[in-house]
Amino acid sequence: MLQIKNLHAKIEDKQILNGINLTINPGEVHAIMGPNGSGKSTLANVLAGRSDYEVTAGEVSFNNKDLLSFSPEDRAREGLFLAFQYPVEIPGVSTTNFIKTAVNEIRKYRGEELLDAVAFLKRMKEKMKLVNIDQSLLSRSLNEGFSGGEKKRNEIFQMAMLEPTLAILDETDSGLDIDALRIVANGVNTLRNENNAVLVVTHYQRLLDYIVPDFVHVLYKGRIVKSGTKELALELEANGYDFIKQDVGELV
Amino acid sequence: MEFNQIIQDAFNALQHKHSADTLFPIRQKAYESFQRQGIPTSKNEEWKYTRINGIVNNANASFNFATPIKVAGIENIPALPFTQTALQLVFVDGIFYEELSVLNPLVEVSNLQQAADKYPDYISKHAGHSSQYIKDGMQALNTAFTGNGLFLRIPKNTVMDEPIYIHHITRSIANQLFVQPRILVIVEENAQVQLVEVYNNEGKQECFTNQVTEIAVYEQARMEYYKLQDEAEHCHQVGTTHVQQVGKCFTHCVTITVSGGTVRNNLNLILEAAHNEGHMYGLYLLDGQTHADNHTIVDNMAPDCFSNEFYKGIMDGKSNGIFNGKIFVRQVAQKTNAYQSNKNILLSNAAQVNTKPQLEIFADDVKCSHGCTIGRLDDEAMFYLKARGIGDKKAKALLLHAFAEEIVEQVKPKELKLYIENLINERLEFGE
Repeated sequence: MLQIKNLHAKIEDKQILNGINLTINPGEVHAIMGPNGSGKSTLANVLAGRSDYEVTAGEVSFNNKDLLSFSPEDRAREGLFLAFQYPVEIPGVSTTNFIKTAVNEIRKYRGEELLDAVAFLKRMKEKMKLVNIDQSLLSRSLNEGFSGGEKKRNEIFQMAMLEPTLAILDETDSGLDIDALRIVANGVNTLRNENNAVLVVTHYQRLLDYIVPDFVHVLYKGRIVKSGTKELALELEANGYDFIKQDVGELV
Repeated sequence: MEFNQIIQDAFNALQHKHSADTLFPIRQKAYESFQRQGIPTSKNEEWKYTRINGIVNNANASFNFATPIKVAGIENIPALPFTQTALQLVFVDGIFYEELSVLNPLVEVSNLQQAADKYPDYISKHAGHSSQYIKDGMQALNTAFTGNGLFLRIPKNTVMDEPIYIHHITRSIANQLFVQPRILVIVEENAQVQLVEVYNNEGKQECFTNQVTEIAVYEQARMEYYKLQDEAEHCHQVGTTHVQQVGKCFTHCVTITVSGGTVRNNLNLILEAAHNEGHMYGLYLLDGQTHADNHTIVDNMAPDCFSNEFYKGIMDGKSNGIFNGKIFVRQVAQKTNAYQSNKNILLSNAAQVNTKPQLEIFADDVKCSHGCTIGRLDDEAMFYLKARGIGDKKAKALLLHAFAEEIVEQVKPKELKLYIENLINERLEFGE
């Protein structure tokens, strides 16, 4: 589904990604872990098409298409979803209206019939239960005045509504208490199937207790320096990132 | 013919024909003031960014000065786009025609000359009050032609349950046209009214409207005022709306400028009584060559008043937006609360905005705030929308619509609000 080959990216003059290689197949959950500044969020944002970053080398194929040639909106329409680390507050745009616009823009791109108000509401009601989100929240301005937990639940709700083939969760666990974490993870797990995949970007292991990954990769200085199974995450949790740094001979 | 000569001839004719009018000396005095000052140029600080001299004194232009015509000669008064049944007070080429208006027996309507005879007290207190604040040649020029204007009185305790539309029709079909509507509204004690001024031009020749609307609001009254400007680029406007809050009362003014040539709006809120409350909202959504200048004044003359001012602008193309907001707090006006905010979005490199708050505070126990912002669309917000599959154009439209909505929601008459929303949707190509 996703093949990243030798991906290099920089922001302004700062080189951040130094040759990422990663393959994700349908049905898999991958976790990317790593210390602060290792490039985790950059990877997520480069994949989603944020224009602040410049890809300097490498290629990314998504469902056999050249992902990097697509605009951010076309990436979303092709089935890529980024759950934001910091969802943006947009006063004056109602959450419902926003999601309806998004759903139908994507359907239009795919040549599918647009959802009418009734069908949309029905779908919304179904998905609301999934992340325990309230109708009153959705009629408010997008993310405006939402608590940290509400924002993250709203991200997963959007994911449920848009049904992406690849969901990238960028530190979705940050700022969540344990109950909210469970709700979010439960939403993600329910949405998983053999045709889609999830890339979880996280700092801590605790989210991976709930969203159990098939593969764990450690990102350090813009490269994946170690890959393994979920046990690797536990090892990191127990020992910190120092042993990785030692492994790559960087620690003094 | 030169503009000043056209005016001179028209003025002489008016004064000669109506030499017995009670308004005669007021006109004479104003005309002298106009002669001294002329059409404002950019040398006048208040007109630094807005140039109108070139429009009226254009060598190629010869503005017809509108004079009263027989009603029988006026055909096909266009309907208001919002509603078929509204109360409407109709101006044609700057002159008020009671015969063409749809009236309501609850309110009193006449022309200003008749009112001057019937209500000398109201005339002396309120007609021309705005000239204490707006002292330029345009104001004087309008006053010099006072007579065929509209006098509207909302009697004591009258609650109007539908808006009164003031419908300005101009017909610059064969010739360039210069018109000068004049309005005096008295909202008496405990009355409630919504006034809406709308403009409707027929023709392709240049049309210049130089307007003065004065509104006096008495004790416990509630007055809402809306001005909607959606004219073609050959239509120019200089307009003063002057709201005198005589007794403790509530006012709410919204100015929406969607298109036009050169537009200058003066809006004055004179808070004369303690505990007055006044709100001013404005939206200018500009494109092409449109130039919209909003100059506002809030004068706190008594203690414990509250005023809130919020103007927003979106400039595209080569358009030009100006906001100048003055707040005066006089020494007696302790416990004043006065807020002002102006936010602007520039969508093109050729668009411009100039914004200037001016606070003059002579009392020591007041709460005043002002702020202005100028920026482009928020990149973070744009990326967020795009990352959900929403295309560039639609994302922009969503954000701009949201930006404008904060002002549009201040438009209380439903049919008017709906109409403005549609105008904005069309402009932003938000509709499918």
